Amino acid sequence: MQLIACPWCGPREEVEFHYGGQAHVPYPDSPAELSDEEWAHYVFFRDNPKGRFAERWNHSAGCRRWFNAIRDTATYRFERVYRLDDPKPGVTELARSREEGTAP
Amino acid sequence: MSPRTPGADLPEHPDRLWRDAEPKRSYDVVIVGGGGHGLATAHYLAKNHGITNVAVLEKGWLAGGNMARNTTIIRSNYLWDESSAIYEHALKLWEGLEEDLGYPILFSQRGVLNLAHTLQDVRDSVRRVEANKLNGVDAEWLEPDEVRKVCPVVNTSTDIRYPVLGATYQPRAGIAKHDYVAWGFARRADEAGVDLVQDCEVTGFTTDGNRVTGVRTTRGTIGAGTVALCAAGHTSVLTGMLGIRVPVQSHPLQALVSELLEPVHPTVVMSNAVHVYVSQAHKGELVMGAGVDSYNGYGQRGAFHVIERQMAAAVELFPVFARAHLLRTWGGIVDVSPDASPIVGRTPYDNVYLNCGWGTGGFKATPGIGSALAYTIAHDEPHPYVAPFTLDRFVTGALVDEHGAAAVAH
Repeated sequence: MQLIACPWCGPREEVEFHYGGQAHVPYPDSPAELSDEEWAHYVFFRDNPKGRFAERWNHSAGCRRWFNAIRDTATYRFERVYRLDDPKPGVTELARSREEGTAP
Repeated sequence: MSPRTPGADLPEHPDRLWRDAEPKRSYDVVIVGGGGHGLATAHYLAKNHGITNVAVLEKGWLAGGNMARNTTIIRSNYLWDESSAIYEHALKLWEGLEEDLGYPILFSQRGVLNLAHTLQDVRDSVRRVEANKLNGVDAEWLEPDEVRKVCPVVNTSTDIRYPVLGATYQPRAGIAKHDYVAWGFARRADEAGVDLVQDCEVTGFTTDGNRVTGVRTTRGTIGAGTVALCAAGHTSVLTGMLGIRVPVQSHPLQALVSELLEPVHPTVVMSNAVHVYVSQAHKGELVMGAGVDSYNGYGQRGAFHVIERQMAAAVELFPVFARAHLLRTWGGIVDVSPDASPIVGRTPYDNVYLNCGWGTGGFKATPGIGSALAYTIAHDEPHPYVAPFTLDRFVTGALVDEHGAAAVAH
């Protein structure tokens, strides 16, 4: 079974985790000013890339805390896990951690 | 005479059913995706509308994606008018498809039971039966003893974790041989002059204002009068090339078969509550589907714990299956929409039509969507059966919420 590295608990089996979909989708700054189309995009539309994807995960059967991960949707490989208050890692940073072998 | 091998009475196939076409420089209609929906659309474009300057582009081999990986269940017992209209249209076409294609598809109307395990299940199911009857779809509510008569191997005892409290029954539902369906459509389309181009992956589009002028592929750029996207799980990859956002998420969906067994299971049984759907194929293998893996994925494979959970449910419901051996598991990629209904019709480009979001249930719709999409392309006007399923409904709010009736997996 695939192991997922919880930022707090370390590597645990996939069944302990709950998927939370795309990460970094902020609540609209001025909700009252949104058009129907903008609301539709906030509520229903999410990215669906084949490849690297920034996602939310919850360690629901462990520490029960949310975290973010960069995962490749074609290979299912986790490239990075990071805390919710960390910024989304850039491409160069991910490449560097892969070279240095520090990716989880 | 020795006993016949299971499956020995299946029809033989001629060596070649279609030409492996070289792409021409341009076509009136280019269909992206050589699965069931793409092939059916090509067939009905030729048959119903006389449009034959058509190419079907397939990045792998013909019908090697979800068309080769689904559990072949066909039914039309959906809740809402919009859904039952298109699925019932499809079922009526299934009933005449063998004749239409001149090809055996082993369409077997053995009925489907959708089990109810809780009081809420029962209420929802009875409501769906009544809605089906109003829409002219055959449907009955069965009590547990009647369920046992239709399918004796279902455990209807009251001492299991989720006892069977009854089921909806659609006698006209059934299964078909998915590969034969694809081959039948491919052969007919090819005979009509449609080019079926395999090993031809779309890598981009050439555009001129609000129109797409051509499709860039690994086998060169192909000019297109109209483009229809029928790529299921890879739809977002294509629409991304066009800068169109579509509210689907691609998930792995797994299925499995047992070894070949003597006939034990006479119908199709689905259970949303305990997550399993089972039929027995003509050759004798038990065919079962799981729920989707939770995360987005394009890998055509999923996690084993999903299979394990599903087997546990299957054995609880069908104790007789406990000794069957698992022969093979596999995965496909399904494109799941927010309301569990398909997204079909216009896009921001004048000559590009979308057909996606069928999620876990696209196979049953194959002839229905093929004919309705062909009409939509030929008339440049959404067919009434697909008109409710616009991309625009996520802005207007006119959703078609089929989470209850769609399938186990949504």
